[in-house]
Amino acid sequence: MAAVTLRRVKKNYGPTTVVHGVDLEINAGEFVVILGPSGCGKSTLLRMIAGLEAITDGEIAIGEKIVNTLEPRERGCAMVFQNYALYPHMTVAENIGYALKVAGMGKAERTARIKAVGDMLGLTEFLERKPMQLSGGQRQRVAMGRAMIREPDVFLYDEPLSNLDARLRVAMRVEIRRLHQRLGTTSLFVTHDQVEAMTLADRIVVMNKGIIEQVGTPDEVYHRPASTYVAGFVGSPGLNLLHATVDKAALCIRFKDGQSIALDQEQAASLSDGPVVFGFRAEQTQVVEQGGLKIASSFNEALGSSRLLHGLLADEEAVISIPGDQPFNVTSSINVTIPSKAMHFFDPESGRRIG
Amino acid sequence: MIERTPLLNTATYAVLLLGALSVFVPLWLVYVGATLTVREINIPELHLFPGDHLFDNLQAAWARGHLGGRLANSLIMSLGVATGKVVMSAITAFGLVYFRFPGRMLIFWMIFITLMLPLEVRIVPTYAVAANALWPFQTILDVTGLSTVIAALTGVQVALEWNLLNSYTGLILPLIATATGTFLYRQFFLTVPDELLEAARMDGAGPFRFLTEFLLPLSRANMAALFTIMFLYAWNQYLWPLLATPDRAGFGTTSVVELKMLAPSVLTNGGGTPDWNVAMAGCLIVMLPPLLLVAFMQRYFVRGLIATEK
Amino acid sequence: MEKRATFSKTSVGVMFVLPQILLVFTFFYWPTGAALYWAFTLERPWGGGNEWVGLDNFRQVFADRAYWGSIIRSIIFAGATSFLSMGFGLLLAVACDRGLKFYQAFRTVFVWPYAVVAPAAALAFRFIFAPEAGIFSALVKSNHEFWNPAQNGYHAMTMIIVCYSWKYAAYCFIFFLAALQAIPRSVIEASALDGAGVLRRVRDIQLPLITPTFFFLLVISITDSFQDSFGIVDVMTDGGPAKATEFMVYKIYFDGFRGLDYSGAAAQSIVLMFLMMVLTFFQFRFIERRIHYS
Ligand SMILES: Nc1ncnc2c1ncn2[C@@H]1O[C@H](COP(=O)(O)OP(=O)(O)OP(=O)(O)O)[C@@H](O)[C@H]1O
Ligand SMILES: [Mg+2]
Repeated sequence: MAAVTLRRVKKNYGPTTVVHGVDLEINAGEFVVILGPSGCGKSTLLRMIAGLEAITDGEIAIGEKIVNTLEPRERGCAMVFQNYALYPHMTVAENIGYALKVAGMGKAERTARIKAVGDMLGLTEFLERKPMQLSGGQRQRVAMGRAMIREPDVFLYDEPLSNLDARLRVAMRVEIRRLHQRLGTTSLFVTHDQVEAMTLADRIVVMNKGIIEQVGTPDEVYHRPASTYVAGFVGSPGLNLLHATVDKAALCIRFKDGQSIALDQEQAASLSDGPVVFGFRAEQTQVVEQGGLKIASSFNEALGSSRLLHGLLADEEAVISIPGDQPFNVTSSINVTIPSKAMHFFDPESGRRIG
Repeated sequence: MIERTPLLNTATYAVLLLGALSVFVPLWLVYVGATLTVREINIPELHLFPGDHLFDNLQAAWARGHLGGRLANSLIMSLGVATGKVVMSAITAFGLVYFRFPGRMLIFWMIFITLMLPLEVRIVPTYAVAANALWPFQTILDVTGLSTVIAALTGVQVALEWNLLNSYTGLILPLIATATGTFLYRQFFLTVPDELLEAARMDGAGPFRFLTEFLLPLSRANMAALFTIMFLYAWNQYLWPLLATPDRAGFGTTSVVELKMLAPSVLTNGGGTPDWNVAMAGCLIVMLPPLLLVAFMQRYFVRGLIATEK
Repeated sequence: MEKRATFSKTSVGVMFVLPQILLVFTFFYWPTGAALYWAFTLERPWGGGNEWVGLDNFRQVFADRAYWGSIIRSIIFAGATSFLSMGFGLLLAVACDRGLKFYQAFRTVFVWPYAVVAPAAALAFRFIFAPEAGIFSALVKSNHEFWNPAQNGYHAMTMIIVCYSWKYAAYCFIFFLAALQAIPRSVIEASALDGAGVLRRVRDIQLPLITPTFFFLLVISITDSFQDSFGIVDVMTDGGPAKATEFMVYKIYFDGFRGLDYSGAAAQSIVLMFLMMVLTFFQFRFIERRIHYS
């Protein structure tokens, strides 16, 4: 178990910079998920920590030790790859035990350790098989076993669940979380699936185009997104974002079509007159008969537990969610109110959160 | 990957450099040999630096080896084999993959088996076939008694004869009669999704159109690879052209076969010390075209080699 | 694997296949059949067709010490060239696969020998090894016994082996490198994380994973050495001195075209065909060609 610290870590591939000076502090024993869209540099970040990629600039420390120039095997990291990267010519037992064999551990002790890990992961009956003869989920377990057996200081997972079907993914997610509770090893988990991130993480790191947008607990990321990017990326659907103008004198914000929402004193204090990006969650609205904001609805999606209504508010797209069992009649427009707790404001220039 | 292995890296570079040296040194010695005079080259010592008679030697080799005509022969044969192979393989694979007809599997295996036996092992009878390409058919007529029937009916004695020796046809055809490219295309066609044919058919494309307007454009990279490989294969041929072109004064032969004539020795064609400088100049000329081809087409060449696995 | 969607016109399909069938029949099956026929018959001296002689031709061929000599030489040649070309090809491929700086340039250069026409390479090496003008000439000056491939069979054999291996190491290199690069990067990375150093990875991961290629090349280089050696032998030594470099194909050529012994040559062809078929069959049947990476 060890802390991992990144200081201004940067990565260039030729002339293109794919990671722009990242600062990140991961506590010992913490489970951190790196979340971001494809190509944003998540894998690169993870691979730099593992020593599989050299860093262009900055500093990486594992525990107390700066590891910039250490080889992968000297860093005490174990990694679970997206495609598992099992050794096709070795049996499951050999796959799991390879690290111990390289380390020169005796056969008897090795066998015992392999058996223990195999038992823990439910692989006992497959130990003599080759990876080819396993299902996707079983291969995934072997990859986990191979990482676990070394009792590493840090676990690195690079989208380990993305090749599994939906049900198995949920099951493995629970299992990974349980394993972490049991072993308490510092873990970094890369994914582009926000549900995975929300359910697994102690803290989430949201990345975009090689920079960190926000670091926070799942609750913080969901309820207090630090930027319009995080707001749009996290949650399903993402936060509604609408352009509006603050009118402090009237204690309200006004949309282009003349509709407005009242602010309370506290909100108004943190805002200044002028343009603003206003955000609210689809699931935190209330449908009312009269008053509130009027949304011209265009179509709706039934999700079972809830129903998403898509529409236009002042010519911008907006989505609201109502409980699935609530009677619903198609009308040309719908009126909603938004509690002041559920309002978010962002700077239209920088996209950063205000207040 | 971060690796601190200075010793191992040095060793790796040493291996790579030695490898490169062992490629270059023979080529360099050939080049140096081609730049010296007969006198210089026969001084028994190590010649490491070029002289200045390259053009004289090239000219001499060109004249003595009739390399103008010989290279043309090589080129025509290689282009013929490469083109023939690319076309023939494509249509055969197309027929095998996109049609169902009785005996299809039998034909598939018939063609497949040709991969197992190279020309060299059946060289003597192949020569006999080249001397009269219609020999097989004549024999079939004779054995089945058909020629007697025809003779009785028409009064014409059937005597089929088509001598392929000393002709481009004779050089080319036997080299095309293998399955190499057919399998490359077959593998490729099998990976083309069924939907493509279905869509093309809905647009009204017939078999010929589908082949020329859909499949062939899609297999352009495969075609380039196969072409390069087959060109090289044909240019490299030695035994077959040696036999198939007995008329050296008239039709001539290929440049590769001619090379040997530039360097007589005690062991090969009668005694004497060869004019090594001229021989090396000839060597340079003959090795150049395929080297250039590979240099420019390396990507296709390597890919083709691996895909056809010969 | 079969296509679901096909064209329905049988006759058109046959038309596409017909040219190839005609060619294969005329230039493959007929000659092969003829070789078989000749191998079991003897041409009557004054015409009048062939006489069935059963296994006589084979008995004669196998009773000939020179034939056994050509078989043994072919095997020695196959063994030596396979060992050398595969050894060097593998070494260079492993070195290239490390992906150090400039490795692409080396990769390009290592392919070249395969593009050098075999007879041209043969002539080049004959020159290089020539006692009167090549690099050995300086050494030979004082001692004529030291090196003379024109008279010493061992020297001649060595010369041919070196030349052939020089060319075919490039061929093996291409295949070995392709096989090494087909190993997923992540498998190598996983073993690096598991603590294996460069050499350990070569031994435990890379070499085991390219064994299919290894066996494939072994069979190919043996069968190729039987057939492709002809040009090199003919240019370098004409099978000499004193038949010291006469291999099986060379002997078939010599007996058939110089000795005009069609039946003997045919019988030898059949033996060689049989050998090649066994080797190829072995390869198709027992050697799995690829490792399947999950
Ligand atoms: N070896 C390389 N050379 C050049 N560019 C690279 C290289 N590896 C990655 N990149 C680029 O770096 C960026 C980040 O890649 P990375 O693999 O870290 O993305 P990712 O966030 O893991 O995406 P995904 O979710 O698709 O795995 C991408 O734009 C990619 O094109
Ligand atoms: Mg990734």
